[in-house]
Amino acid sequence: MAFSDWLQVALFILLLLAAVPILGEYMAQVYQGQKTFLSPVLGPLEMGVYAVAGVNPSDSGDWKKYTQGLLWFNALGFLFLLGLLLLQAFLPLNPQKLVPMELGVAVNTAMSFMTNTNWQAYSGESTLSYLSQMLGLGVQNFVSAATGMAVMVVLARGLAGKQIKTLGNFWVDLTRSVVYILLPLSLLLALALVSQGVVQSFSAYPSATTLEGAQQVVPLGPAASQIAIKQLGTNGGGFFGINSAHPFENPTPLSNFLQMLAILLIPAALTWTYGRLVGSLRQGIVLLAAMGVLAGSSLGLSLWAEFGSNPALGNLPFLEGKETRFGIVNSVIWSVSTTLASNGSVNAMHDSFSPLAGGLALFNMMLGEVVFGGVGAGLYGILMFVILTVFIAGLMVGRSPEYLGKKIEGAQIRMAALAVILPSAVVLLFTAMAVLLPVGLKGLNNAGPHGLSEILYAFTSMANNNGSAFGGLTVNTPFYTWLGALAMLIGRFGVILPVMVIAGQMAQKQAVPASGGTFPTDGGLFVILLVSVILIIGGLTFFPVLALGPLVEHGLMLQGKVF
Amino acid sequence: MSQHKSQKNNQKNSLFNRELIQQSLKEAWSKFHPRSQWQNPVMLLVSLGALLTSAAVVQEMLAGRAWGFTLQIALWLWFTAYFANFAEAVAEGRGKAQAESLRKMRSETMARRLKNGVESQVPASSLRKGDVVVCETGDVIPGDGEVSEGIASVDESAITGESAPVVRESGGDRSAVTGGTRVISDRILITITQDPGQSFLDQMIGLVEGASRQRTPNEIALNILLLTLTVVFVLAVVTLKAFAFYSEQASGLTGPSNVSVTVLVALLVCLIPTTIAALLSAIGISGMDRLLQRNVLATSGKAVEVAGDVDVLLLDKTGTITYGNRMASAFYPVAGIRTERLVEAALLASLADETPEGRSIVLLANQRYGLNLDKPAELDFVPFTAQTRMSGLGEIRKGAADAVMRYVQGLGGKIPSDLQNLVDGIARKGSTPLVVCDQQTILGLIELKDVVKTGIRERFEQLRRMGIRTIMITGDNPLTAAAIAAEAGVDDYLAEATPEAKLARIRAEQAAGHLVAMVGDGTNDAPALAQADVGVAMASGTQAAREAGNMVDLDSNPTKLIEVVEIGKQLLMTRGALTTFSIANDVAKYFAILPALFAGLYATQGQQGPLAALNLMGLATPQSAILSAVIFNALIIVFLIPLALKGVKYQPQGAVVVLRKNLFVYGLGGILAPFVGIKLIDLLLAVFHLV
Repeated sequence: MAFSDWLQVALFILLLLAAVPILGEYMAQVYQGQKTFLSPVLGPLEMGVYAVAGVNPSDSGDWKKYTQGLLWFNALGFLFLLGLLLLQAFLPLNPQKLVPMELGVAVNTAMSFMTNTNWQAYSGESTLSYLSQMLGLGVQNFVSAATGMAVMVVLARGLAGKQIKTLGNFWVDLTRSVVYILLPLSLLLALALVSQGVVQSFSAYPSATTLEGAQQVVPLGPAASQIAIKQLGTNGGGFFGINSAHPFENPTPLSNFLQMLAILLIPAALTWTYGRLVGSLRQGIVLLAAMGVLAGSSLGLSLWAEFGSNPALGNLPFLEGKETRFGIVNSVIWSVSTTLASNGSVNAMHDSFSPLAGGLALFNMMLGEVVFGGVGAGLYGILMFVILTVFIAGLMVGRSPEYLGKKIEGAQIRMAALAVILPSAVVLLFTAMAVLLPVGLKGLNNAGPHGLSEILYAFTSMANNNGSAFGGLTVNTPFYTWLGALAMLIGRFGVILPVMVIAGQMAQKQAVPASGGTFPTDGGLFVILLVSVILIIGGLTFFPVLALGPLVEHGLMLQGKVF
Repeated sequence: MSQHKSQKNNQKNSLFNRELIQQSLKEAWSKFHPRSQWQNPVMLLVSLGALLTSAAVVQEMLAGRAWGFTLQIALWLWFTAYFANFAEAVAEGRGKAQAESLRKMRSETMARRLKNGVESQVPASSLRKGDVVVCETGDVIPGDGEVSEGIASVDESAITGESAPVVRESGGDRSAVTGGTRVISDRILITITQDPGQSFLDQMIGLVEGASRQRTPNEIALNILLLTLTVVFVLAVVTLKAFAFYSEQASGLTGPSNVSVTVLVALLVCLIPTTIAALLSAIGISGMDRLLQRNVLATSGKAVEVAGDVDVLLLDKTGTITYGNRMASAFYPVAGIRTERLVEAALLASLADETPEGRSIVLLANQRYGLNLDKPAELDFVPFTAQTRMSGLGEIRKGAADAVMRYVQGLGGKIPSDLQNLVDGIARKGSTPLVVCDQQTILGLIELKDVVKTGIRERFEQLRRMGIRTIMITGDNPLTAAAIAAEAGVDDYLAEATPEAKLARIRAEQAAGHLVAMVGDGTNDAPALAQADVGVAMASGTQAAREAGNMVDLDSNPTKLIEVVEIGKQLLMTRGALTTFSIANDVAKYFAILPALFAGLYATQGQQGPLAALNLMGLATPQSAILSAVIFNALIIVFLIPLALKGVKYQPQGAVVVLRKNLFVYGLGGILAPFVGIKLIDLLLAVFHLV
């Protein structure tokens, strides 16, 4: 690695960390219903939304009422998007006269964007009308992110609340997330991207004559606005098929840097917000530290693997499948960020990474998307691990386990366990199914361990609501679209529902004041413990299959064999 | 701390004896009954795995293939399940032995039941609640009850191990009697308060034997976690077959797969948390057992667990913090009297006084002033009475200030002008003043001090480090209470405590989120005992108090509360430590078994496949690797039985220190130990050519 590479990695980390307190503090204000510096501008918009939707912002319900609102909203959002995709041929803003989406792909896509996965079984420019992109995917990009943030806020309220029943109002949290956080940030980022040359247009695709005299269609569209929220909302569904490797989607080093930063920005800052919401900043910083340790190790290992040499290619570095504009460092930072943060956008082909770096991208997702993770989703996900950690290790101090002073009992363990194992179970079972069935193997472009990794990656990405693709696997077949839709559904709501139950249960509990006998959850020891539990649970679950995929491939590569 | 360590307790300290082991080895077989297996799903899975591999042995035999390896796996899987049963049986056996000795003493008791004035002999076991029985000198009390008439001294050594008899009388706070104890003087009528099988002892016997043991909330939660891990590993192992199949196809391997059912079962059993699942109930039972060894009966396992969570202790001053008897600590002569004269008079007045106060005066005079006098034969001892509130020798008296002053004035003496000041000064310090006079001359005062027990201050400091706050409960006035509280180093005190004030204090602490433990004996303690999260009733207390609490201390030693808390903590710690150990073990097992399964994949001619690199331990062959892991997994249960029964080493320290230590030993140790253990077993297997 050159000095400039080091510098860039350092700059990336520093800027991210610098943004955490600023944005985190601001978001805490938003969720506590306080006035922010944007209130004079955005307040009327917020109130307007409530007026139109008929929401009384001072209503507050218990966890059940909150969850009902959330589920209805998501179900209707799914149906609306599905309708849009199936009927796009008959709707306006379709200059390319694109045909309706095939049902399986449409269901997969609607599920994908509703669950903040943004897995793409299609290629945007050749399948989706501008209306579908903007009113369909664009809207879901905002509200699916906001849903995750709302769930996280409810969990924080539940953990912090002292014997309370009501946890807030879903519509208010949703609206405030969009209006005060996602919209202004997206606007800012979109403008910055446009300045870098990202396209934003409603015209039909122009045609150009190349030097050889061939005709080439140049796809355009309202990309910049879409891309901003795609990065910020850990969505990741690209405007164009090849995502942020496309020059219109990601034209310059600066646009690349900003987009990478945007991936981790909100998930990282939310840890600070969480600390504020539960009344102890340290509790949030501990989570950030645990995430940082895991992310840092993953980035370091990936860089090491990518800068290693490939004996099969005459000991050259791994540049195949990467944009030469970005090079190795930028591709690796992106791949690590996007798989950790459940974003799923890519600027390089993960398929072509070294086996270890590709395996790490896989493993990042297998941890359950809790290291930064999806906006809100990562935080409530890691809190499930916190509950398990507190339970296992907390006993060792000779008290029945408690977190933030509240006892962790059977009911919470049951829910946290469900939230942790449901996505993993889906990954293992669906991948096993795919490698046994001819329909599963049919889409494979590569043999051997690499083929296994491709299938594994697909289901890992979907079940953990990441959405990035390894590539090398044809996924628009009914087998993958339908099974994938199910994986995304379980991966999203199989976690959200247990989290909501826990929020409801914890809210009603009495908190024991901390003392010298309390298991400390705000120190370095807890960071180590939490990291160990996440690694051990993830590792024990997936080590065998990782051994058969990326690990064996790495070994073979050293012998000069590639796939 | 416990001065009540009896002979009986010392015998129990040996963990195992031949008889217990033999009994448990037998008992372990019967635990293969599906009904008891069902109680422990993790171990049920092991048994099913053993069954499955046994079937595989038969199949291989019939097919004429080599079956030695499968047989060894099957056997060790059976051992694993058997060892788990054995662990439970040992814990139960130890409890049973204890319970048996308790039960023996009352099995053949005959009771003299009084019905409509007619006395009849009935077996003790037929007594019902409300029956009245007569007990006279020499009779064994047939059941738990309340003295409804009379007063008697009772020998409770059978259950407490204390040889000194105690007084039980109707009314008041000392009316409760326990079945199995013996009346050694006088005659009492006892109203039986428990139906057969319901008494405290019966409940406790049920709990330690495991018969009526219900899972505690924490055990339930831990079980859910263990089941979750089990499900994860079932998924990992089942899907592994599919991935292995794909990989074998891809690497062009033909012929029988390495990944047989036997191997998969072996892998599964190694991964699921068998260690903690096997020892979980033993840990719980032995926690109860440890309580019983300290002569504390608990009504439920939950109570023991809650004891570990307690962070506020309400402690009675008398008996817990102070010795209960006031002791002489200083002499204060009034103006114009020499100290020696006062000391001499005080000594003489106390020579024949056998009360602890009197003896302490003699002792102080001896030690501090080197004064040794014999009782002058010509003088008579004047004993203390409630009317005079004085005692003495001849004309020398000592007693309560007002009583002595009245006595002196009656004789025409004068009250020294500085006396009242001295009296007030002593009272302010929380001590009791005794005034000494010789005929009509007042000589001075003796200060009787409430003496704080030695070592109690350090004990409270330990508790504070553990995050437990102590509150002293006393009937003294706030001034006295404050003085003693400061000396003993308690965190807080409740002075002039009435039962209502105690109850209110407990409620207030609980409302702030604290868990409160307290000790009580009187009927008026019952509401507070019931309200407290852990209420330890003294065996000497009333039936009402005993029913309100969730523990009974047979020794009636209020200091016991601290030990109860420690036992609770130790129980939880042991559970956590073994869970951590069990999970941490899995890392090594993967590194033993996976290379064994997959070393052949993608192998080139004459070379091993890339995954052979995972064989960090350098295990001899795939078969010995798998077998070693299975054997380690089985043996570790046996090795940890003593730890499960004794509990992890308990240190009264803050949570951070304890956690760091336990993490180091059981977390890091849990990761490393199996690497060593499996390697050693592998070496042995190679030496004995077992695979």
